[in-house]
Order: sequence, then C-alpha cells, then structure tokens
Amino acid sequence: MAYTKAKIKDLVDGKIDRDTLHTMLATPKDAERFVMYLEVLQDQVPWEDRIILPLGPKLYIVQRKSDNKWVVKSHAGHEFCDWRENWKLHAVMRVRETPEEMEEIYPRLMAPTTGWQVIREYYCPLSGDLLDVEAPTPWYPVIHDFEPDIDAFYSEWLGLKIPDRAA
Amino acid sequence: MNAPTTFRGIVRGGDTLKQHRDGIMEATKRTGHYAGLKKMELRDSDPIMYNKLFSRLRAGVVDARETAKKIAASPIVEQEGELCFTLYNAAGDSILTSTGIIIHVGTMGAAIKYMIENDWESNPGVKDRDIFCNNDSLIGNVHPCDIHTIVPIFHEGELIGWVGGVTHVIDTGAVGPGSMTTGQVQRFGDGYSVTCRKVGENDTLFRDWLHESQRSVRTTRYWMLDERTRIAGCHMIRKLVTEVIAEEGIEAYWKFAYEAVEHGRLGLQNRIRAMTIPGKYRQVGFVDVPYAHEDVRVPSDFAKVDTIMHTPSEMTIRPDGTWRLDFEGSSRWGWHTYNAHSVSFTSGIWVMMTQTLIPTEMINDGAAYGTEFRLPKGTWMNPDDRRVAFAYSWHFLVSSWTALWRGLSRSYFGRGYLEEVNAGNANTSNWLQGGGFNQYDEIHAVNSFECAANGVGASAIGDGLSHAAAIWNPEGDMGDMEIWELAEPLVYLGRQIKASSGGAGKYRGGCGFESLRMVWNAKDWTMFFMGNGHISSDWGLMGGYPAASGYRFEAHETGLKEIIAKGGDIPHGGDTDPGNPVWDSLLKGARIKRDKQAITTEAMFKDYDLYLNYMRGGPGFGDPLDRDPEAVAADVNGGYLVERFAASVYGVVLTRGADGLLAADAAGTEAHRAAIRKDRLAKAVPTAEWMKGERDRILKKDAGVHVQQMFAASFKLGPKWEEGFRKFWNLPIDWKLMEADLPIPSYGRDYSMDLSELPDVKTVQFVEE
Repeated sequence: MAYTKAKIKDLVDGKIDRDTLHTMLATPKDAERFVMYLEVLQDQVPWEDRIILPLGPKLYIVQRKSDNKWVVKSHAGHEFCDWRENWKLHAVMRVRETPEEMEEIYPRLMAPTTGWQVIREYYCPLSGDLLDVEAPTPWYPVIHDFEPDIDAFYSEWLGLKIPDRAA
Repeated sequence: MNAPTTFRGIVRGGDTLKQHRDGIMEATKRTGHYAGLKKMELRDSDPIMYNKLFSRLRAGVVDARETAKKIAASPIVEQEGELCFTLYNAAGDSILTSTGIIIHVGTMGAAIKYMIENDWESNPGVKDRDIFCNNDSLIGNVHPCDIHTIVPIFHEGELIGWVGGVTHVIDTGAVGPGSMTTGQVQRFGDGYSVTCRKVGENDTLFRDWLHESQRSVRTTRYWMLDERTRIAGCHMIRKLVTEVIAEEGIEAYWKFAYEAVEHGRLGLQNRIRAMTIPGKYRQVGFVDVPYAHEDVRVPSDFAKVDTIMHTPSEMTIRPDGTWRLDFEGSSRWGWHTYNAHSVSFTSGIWVMMTQTLIPTEMINDGAAYGTEFRLPKGTWMNPDDRRVAFAYSWHFLVSSWTALWRGLSRSYFGRGYLEEVNAGNANTSNWLQGGGFNQYDEIHAVNSFECAANGVGASAIGDGLSHAAAIWNPEGDMGDMEIWELAEPLVYLGRQIKASSGGAGKYRGGCGFESLRMVWNAKDWTMFFMGNGHISSDWGLMGGYPAASGYRFEAHETGLKEIIAKGGDIPHGGDTDPGNPVWDSLLKGARIKRDKQAITTEAMFKDYDLYLNYMRGGPGFGDPLDRDPEAVAADVNGGYLVERFAASVYGVVLTRGADGLLAADAAGTEAHRAAIRKDRLAKAVPTAEWMKGERDRILKKDAGVHVQQMFAASFKLGPKWEEGFRKFWNLPIDWKLMEADLPIPSYGRDYSMDLSELPDVKTVQFVEE
C-alpha cells in the first residue's frame, strides 16, 4: 500500500487520520515510504544538508553540503560528530540526582530514588532541545544506542544509491 | 540364534520421539531451514489447501480458548483471559497458537521437549488420550502459577503432535498466598511444582492426582475448574485435528505441521527486512530488589539485601535479515522470586513482537528458530542453580524487554514507520496479593489482575493508551470492580486515572490507574505489594521521560468504622498528588505506610484497613516542550497530569476559563518555554566534563552498595561487558570491583548446582550460553 506525500507529512506532524493509520498498521509496509519521509523532513529543517537517516524528532545523520562528510546534526543546526560516533558524548547534559531535581518532573513518591537511578538529559547546545533521556544507575556508561549499517540499508534493502560520503 | 528385534517408536512412521526430534534438529542445523525444508511442498503446490489448513486450525485454537474461558471460575482466566492454547508437531515445535498469554507458545513446547529428551515414551509412556501436567520453571515455564495441561494427539495409533493449554491459577501453595509471591527466596517455597507428570489416561484424571493437587493449593475450587478449562480446550483442539485429517488427509496435515514452522521462520526474516534497519542497537533495563527493608520478611539473612537487576542488550540486525540478541552483562540469578528460564525470557519476546514486528496470526516456533539468542549461563534469565525461585519472574522480564522496544523503535523511526514506534511498556504492577479467609469463610488467596491494564508507551505519532494493556496479555483489561469485589473481600472506595504516571514527552506515556480498596468481611487476612519502586524500569525515547515509579500506601487502625457510622468524610477516589496527600488527615490516629517500599511480604490487615493499588504508566516520546499546549491543558482537565507539572515539565502556562476548565495561554507558554530552554543550557555541562566527575566517583567507589553489587555481579558474568565499562571510563588496571569485597553477603556467587547435574536428567539447551 502506497501513501501520498501529504499523508506521510500528516504522519510526521502527528495528524494522521485514523483510517489511514489503521491501514498503515494492518497492511504490509510500503518500502517507498523512506524516500518520501526524507523529503517531508527535508522540507522542515532550516538547513540544506541532505538528510541520510533520522535519529529522532530533532536529530539526523546528514551529508554536510560543504564537503559531503556525514555528521550527526540537530534540527537547530548543531553538528555533534562523525555519524559513526556517539553523539551524546558531544552534547551538553544535565543529571537529575537529587529528590528536588526529580520532583520537578514527578510527584513526590512517584520519582525514582536517586541513590538507585538518575536521569540524564542530553540537549542540543544551540537550542536547548531535549534530544534524549537516559535513566540508568549512577556510574553507567553513556550508551551508544544505534550504529546503523546505512550502506546495506540503502543499497541491499531499498535499492537506493548510497549518497557520497567524504572520509 | 536370536532373531533381531526392532523397536518401533510411537511417532508417525515408526521413529521414537527422540529419534524424530533428533532428525528435525539435525536437518535444521545442516540446512539452515527448519526440518531441512528448503522447499515447502504443500504450500508451493497447493497454497489454497495450505491456507485452508492454517485458517481452520488457527480458528479452532482461538475458538477453544474462547469456549474454555467460560468454563473457568477464576476471574484471572474468565475476566482477564489469562489462558492460551497451542498446537505442536510431534517434535514439540509450535505450529500455531491462540490469542491470550502467548508467551507459552514456547514454554509448553519446552515441556514436551523435556519429555522427549528424557524418554517419557518408555516411562511413564505416552499413549493416546493421556493427560500430562507441568508447571516446572526449571525446564521452561514462566512461573509456577502457569499450569500446563498437555495432551498427545494420535492418528491411527501413531503420535502426530501435541496440544497444550495453560491458565494462570490464583494460588500454587507457595509460602505466601497469591500466585506471584515474594516471601520465599528459593524454589522450595515457590509452591506446588509438577514436572511433566502423567495425571490422567483414557481422558480421565487420576484420583490420586485430584486428591493431592487440590490439597497442595489454597484455592481448590479455582484450581480444579481451571484444570477442566485446560482439558476442555485441549480436547476441542484434538477433535478438530482429527476432523481436519479426516477431511484433508494425514499427508497434508503432516506436511503442514512442519512447513508452518519454516514459514514462521521466513516470515520473521522478511518482516525484519521490511521494517527495520540493519545495524547494532544497544539498550538496558533495570529493576530494584529492595529486600533490606523491615517489611520484607524472608527466611534467609543472605537474601536480605538491596540489589539491582541489570540487563544490557545488544541487538544486531544483519543485511540478510537475520538477527542476534546478546544479553552479555546481565545480572546473576538471585535470592528472590524474579528469576526466569531462558525459554520464558525468549518466548515472551514474541509476545512483544506480535504487537509490532510480526503482527500476524502465524505465531509459532519459526520465529525462535529465526533468532539467535545469547543468554550467558548463570544470569537471572538462564540460571545455573536448581534452587532458584521464579514466582514473580515478570518483575524483571517486563523491565528488561521494555528496552528492546527502544532499539526496534529507533529503526522504525529511521524508516518513517512512525506508527510502529513505541517508547516502551509499563512495569506491569502493582500486584495486590494476599489471602486468609474471605467473605465466604473459605481459605482464599488473591492476586488482583487489575494491572492487566497499565499505561502503554507513547508512539511517535500520539500518546500511549492509558490504563489499557499489559505486555504479557495484550487483550487483558482491568476487570469489572463488581467481579473483583465478588472474588476478594475488598470494597472499592475509588478507582481513577493515576495522574502523572505516564512519562512526559511530546507524546506522553499512557497513564495507569489506581484503586483504593477497603478490607471488608475478611478474617485472618494478609496482603502485600509487588512492583517497582526505587527504579522506573521504562525509559522514555528520543527526549521522552521515563514513566513514574511506584510507591505504596496502606493504612491500619483507620477508625473508618466510626467515621462511617457518624457519616463523616472518608478517603475515596485516588491519591491524586502523593506529595500533597488528602486522605491522611481524614484518618486521624491511623498507622499509615506511605513510602517507596513497593515490594513487601505478607502484612496483617483487618476490616476497614486500606490498600492502594497503583498501576504504572508507560514512558514518553520526544521533548515535552514540543507537546501541543492544548493537549497539556486537556491532560490536567482530564486528570492525567498533576497541574503544577504543566509549567515545570511542559512549559505550558494555563488559565482557568469561565467554565472552570483550564486552557493554554499561547503567549505565556511561548515565553515560558523559551525560558526553560535557556535554563536547561544554563544548568547543562558538556558530556565530557560530566564524565570527568563521574569517573572520579567510580575511582572513589562513591555509590550505594546495591549499585556496586550490580556492577560487580555483571563484571563477573560478563567479562566483555566489563571490558566495555573499563574502556568507557578509562579505568586504571588496579581498579577492581569484587562482590567479595562488599559489606553484604553474596551467596550463590561462587557455588551453584544446575538441574542438569541431577542423575538421569537431560536438560534441553535452547539458547547460546
């Protein structure tokens, strides 16, 4: 089942109608969605680098227009690092590790106990957008959560040409 | 000279059960295709017949479940649908399964395989119209309260398959009442345990079994009616198979019984390619085991420690559509009831996958054959000790699986399949459990299954459903209050949405709900709590926050009898804002426990005492500052959000209209959100800078003993995981963290004895260890 670009935009904007949503959930996936999805996202970002793979609502792997280098970039335009690295190591962050800090988010008694679990918030250094939240124990390494095999994805799974990539 | 004798096995064609399974396994290993089926003869040559067989059999197992459900008396089965029926081929691999608690697609198969590998064929024998019962968690069951009835299916004197039925019973005679108890720390307190026992023949249960089993549990009537439920369903399915064979022929059925498994394997591979992105995904789950508290009474001092259970996972999706799930670094099994067998851990993952990756009716062992699992031996989900208890394995099963949602959702998000994204599932608790004498003056046990309706994780296109589902039974619901009041001597004083229990986000997690119960007409009554408290197991995704964690509220010597007699105000509704409680002041002189100790053991309750049953919410998705301000206003108006968090979490300024409802002030919200973003950056530091400080803490061993114990145990069982930890923090070679050096006991650290070490026992290995 194929969908129009307008429907995919509705999906991205959280405004998809229920009938189409039901069809999307209940029928085989539309392989062509990816290209249309990137077009929708590309229209919404304030920069011209080509989106290679979305990592979150405001985070992308992009092909930098100036030199074709692939980097992780935020919606606001901050470039974190090479696409293969853990972008969180190049973000700014805050750790909630006191009851008072937890109770800004949760009612008392409904927050984690900070001696057992902390909350780590990773922000875009330009905009202050919250891009990821980790909730591990103290001492826990920053998780490198996703290492996509973009080459295989583009060429073997979708039959797309792999965009140029500077070393 | 003696004439050569040949032994003819019971499986169709003359093989023994063991010979048959060995042949299937060898062919699978040799070819990479289930049972060596490089081609699916029936499906390819007669697809209509293939699909007809599938549709009839699938409809039949679902029909059997729906019919059998009505036989049960237990509200757990009748209200919540805590049952499932599965059809197996002769090798014990599932062909298809009904709806319901489909984690058992693998667990009953594990029991059949145990019977096969341990030659049940010669002793006690496997004959047409036999009935077997199993609930042994050491060979694959989830926990002892899931009771399996297994019936072989014969055609013209030869075994052609099996059918299994399972129900979650209300009590198994464990140390404490209720089906998922906490007081025991070893299997020997987990209650009645039955290992693939022949309990009947000629379709009739043995009298010694009936007498023994009913006195081994507290809730006899439910136990016996549940067994009839399972037998009825199994016999319906056996009859259906006989009818299908009479109409379509044994050859077609026999081929279908193996091709369906290969079909399931290929189906998973195709879905992986169609929905995900190849690569590596890493995530982690935690849950708290706060046993040092005075309200956790256990028989063994070595179990009375605070610990954290830990499951990191690495999911590798390869370009060919195969995948591997490696759980290196997971915690050791422990002296509590939260251990799991590898089969329940892996089989339960299919329950998740049916809700996303493989939402088809073709759920069978093909998916298991299509997945490489690595669960290091000795971990909590692959224990190497035969003493471990399993009664509440769900405590960490749900919390470790929820991490996998995040991995899969990253790939769905990347591809644009936003409709499939799910930030996670709730920690499905609290479990209100206990027992004593009920309102009918009978020995009773309760396990309220209200938490079959927790909040669901947010997606990338909308909020998670509130008070809607549980990961282990997608069809469950909270049940009718009137039915629970019939089943439990506990009156409802309130039932409402649990505000702020769903994780915040652009799309918030679904909220759970809470029920306030007053003990009424009970005698010698006890209850306890079972859920996460210090830790929220369910992280948010891509900027969303974790779901709220748990707490407990109980009140004794409430004076409610007198207050009610005078017509005074009593607690009712919900504990809307536990930071600003309103009930406590109505209960002057009462003994109230209101704290983070969300796991307890049996405490005494009497009439007019109160117990709050709080069901958890799901995690959120995306930055809360990107949430539609009007949706935040609607959350507060609808009771989903405690009002002050509209501003502090969502940056939304609310104004109250003439109709009494709150609405978002657009300009005020915009300004407040800008201020919050500025404040975030003012309080933030570069990650590298934070890492320096955190590294110093590690070098100084500055963390709670429970945190240190978690890391030390993971290091011991997961050397590769330790290597990654040391590398990340750049730790000097002389920095060591050993459980032996910590000031708490660690029994089980060095000594263990596996089930396989018992004489005449052959265990079946299902995963890479």
